[in-house]
Order: sequence, then structure tokens, then C-alpha cells
Amino acid sequence: MSVQTVLGDVLLLLGVLLMVVAGIGLVRLPDVYNRTNAVAKAGGLGLVLVLLGVVVLDPGPAAVVVLLLAIGLQLFTVPIAGFEIGQAARLSGAPLAPGTRDRAGLKDGQPGRGDDGQREAEPEQDEAERR
Amino acid sequence: MIAQDLVLDVALVLLALCLLVAAARAVVGPTDADRVLAVDFGFLVTLCAVALLAVRLQTPALLDLVLVGTLVGFLATVALARLVAGRSR
Repeated sequence: MSVQTVLGDVLLLLGVLLMVVAGIGLVRLPDVYNRTNAVAKAGGLGLVLVLLGVVVLDPGPAAVVVLLLAIGLQLFTVPIAGFEIGQAARLSGAPLAPGTRDRAGLKDGQPGRGDDGQREAEPEQDEAERR
Repeated sequence: MIAQDLVLDVALVLLALCLLVAAARAVVGPTDADRVLAVDFGFLVTLCAVALLAVRLQTPALLDLVLVGTLVGFLATVALARLVAGRSR
């Protein structure tokens, strides 16, 4: 195995590992907003690392151009997608995790209309009920 | 070459587990934003898997699919997020 192959494989594995970490975060994090963070990291770093690994493995000049274009576009679009999801969650009144500091008054029934303050008051109980 | 194939197979199995996680979050997810997030993550994992398959099967043509997929995934995510955000207004 050449240096090129090893480097490409290491990059691929690092990217896949980041995806796995994001998957764990998707299960364990308490909040939509926290999970948005995990998925945005997976998209921004995980996929880009995987694509960089494929570039290092050298699939041919045309494919390398396509991959570099995909990496650039991915780096531009992932933060926007993460922001959109976070904003959608806030506008639809998704509950915050207990212990969130609410300097902006987000916790007191301000987001999404039709929010009865009771949902924010007992987020844990609420989540248990929904399951 | 065999060692590299093994690495790619392990990576593909890990990605399959990630896809299961995304599916579970899409089913469970307490809010609609969670479901959009799960769909987004599932799309990312699928794109990763396609890129890995392009290496594993020695078919660089699959890499064009990754480029198209990133753009379609972004548009789908934004559209779904707008849908979720608009529902409560």
C-alpha cells in the first residue's frame, strides 16, 4: 500500500467516524437545537473529509474536478441548511432543553404562537408523554 | 488492495448504522424539526456511502451523483425547513 492509499483511507475513515459521532449525537443530545449542531458538523466536516479522501485516492482528473466542486458547494450550503432548520425549530416553538439559559426570553412562551407556557415549564415530562 | 476493500466495507457498515439512527430519529423525533434534521442527516450519510462505493467499485461515474446529491439535499432541507417553520405562523 502506497502513502497515497493510506492517506486517502485515513481521511475516509475520519470522515465516517465523524458521521458516526453525529449519529450518536442525534440519539443522545437533548434538544433539536443541539442535534442541529451535530448534523451540521457531520455535513460540514464528515462529508468533506470523505470527499477529500476520495480525491486523495485519485479517481481521475474529471472526477477530481467534480469532487472539489462538491466540497466547495457543501462547505457553503451546510451552514445555511443548519441555520434554516434551527430557525424552523424556533418558529414552530420547539421546546428548549432544561437548563438552557433564556436571556432572550425564549423559554417564556415567546417562540411560536399557540404555545402554552406549560410545555416549556416541564420539558422532560413533556418528552416522556410524547413517547 | 484487499486491506483497502476491508476498510471500505467497515466504513460502509458504520454508515448503515448511521442510517438506522437517522430513521429512528425520523420516526421518534418529538418535533417536526427533528424529522427534517433526520432526513438531512440521512441524505448526508447516503452521499457518503455513494462516494465510498465509487471507490469500492472503481466507478468514478458515481462521483457525479455526489455533486448532484449535495445540491438536491440542500434544496430539500431548506424547503422542508420552510414548510415546518410556516406551519405555525
